[in-house]
Amino acid sequence: MNFTTPLAAFLSGMRSSAPFLIVVVPFGFLFGVIATEAGLGIREIMGFTVLVIAGAAQITAVQMMQDNAPALIVLASALAVNLRMAMYSASLVPYLGAAPMWQRMAMAYLMFDQNYALSMVKFEECPDIPLSQRVAYYMGAVSLVAPCWITFTYLGAVVGGQIPPEIALDFAVPITFIAVVAPALRTLPHVVAAFVASVLGLVLAGLPYNTGMLVAAAVALVCAAELERRLTAGKTRRAVG
Amino acid sequence: MTYATWEIWALIAGMAVGTFLIRFSFLGLIGGRELPPWVQRHLRYTPVAVLPALVAPLVAWPEATGGQPDLARILAALVTAASGYITRSLLAAIACGLGTLYFALYLLG
Repeated sequence: MNFTTPLAAFLSGMRSSAPFLIVVVPFGFLFGVIATEAGLGIREIMGFTVLVIAGAAQITAVQMMQDNAPALIVLASALAVNLRMAMYSASLVPYLGAAPMWQRMAMAYLMFDQNYALSMVKFEECPDIPLSQRVAYYMGAVSLVAPCWITFTYLGAVVGGQIPPEIALDFAVPITFIAVVAPALRTLPHVVAAFVASVLGLVLAGLPYNTGMLVAAAVALVCAAELERRLTAGKTRRAVG
Repeated sequence: MTYATWEIWALIAGMAVGTFLIRFSFLGLIGGRELPPWVQRHLRYTPVAVLPALVAPLVAWPEATGGQPDLARILAALVTAASGYITRSLLAAIACGLGTLYFALYLLG
């Protein structure tokens, strides 16, 4: 389905992203709580959450700071957690690369797993959406996530408290990420990519600095692309013959 | 925590700049130039490759159970994947996944 206006695209992105708030809200809160417990002041916590604005990396950094790890090691580890976003950035180029510089900077600053994954699925499904509506969809899909992340970090830091273990909050991230990937498995290469990535993700989980995950993902997308090439080559041959 | 205030702010600044540069990288530098078809063919699979690689260890060895595999979580992950694949709906997949998780946690303790 295509949109009629950028506003419609923005609102659609916003609506699609709403289910992710069940992750963003409690994790924002959690970051505020653990950062306070680690000894950070409210200004530093908000500095983290507004300037870095990357959940998993922030939590990694604060946990390491609590153990008094050397600052450069904390920095390297946190950036390693974010390195997957270089792959996100590359894969957005065919869809969003032609946007004006200021828009690309805004989209880079506001790059979350959630709006990235939703946008990629949408853009692949509807290749005819014009650029302005793609940008609008992407920004719509982060328009709830980013403010909620910042607001609930603040509340976690100021109000404090505990998240009951019965909620099994640790598993909200896996469930929402699986839930965004599964509907996107439209073709055999997509399924192969997800399968190879999962298996290698497990096999390589022990590698330091998150490299296992990056290698697993890279191998998986090479496998999928190669399979796609062979499948289309086969089809072309049949069509010609 | 024994960091000086300036050290904390230097760390925040380093993470902020580094994270932005990672996110901006290709989108910023390549911009509107056309990528060769073989590169595009690879990039198309980025989300379905990165997220499963990220999630698989979290499913198999959850931090909440001290890294012990947990039947409730494995079931919930499988149901999320299956229901998402069948319904093609993010919301349905999350609902089925969370439902399974809480039901299984309740049954299995």
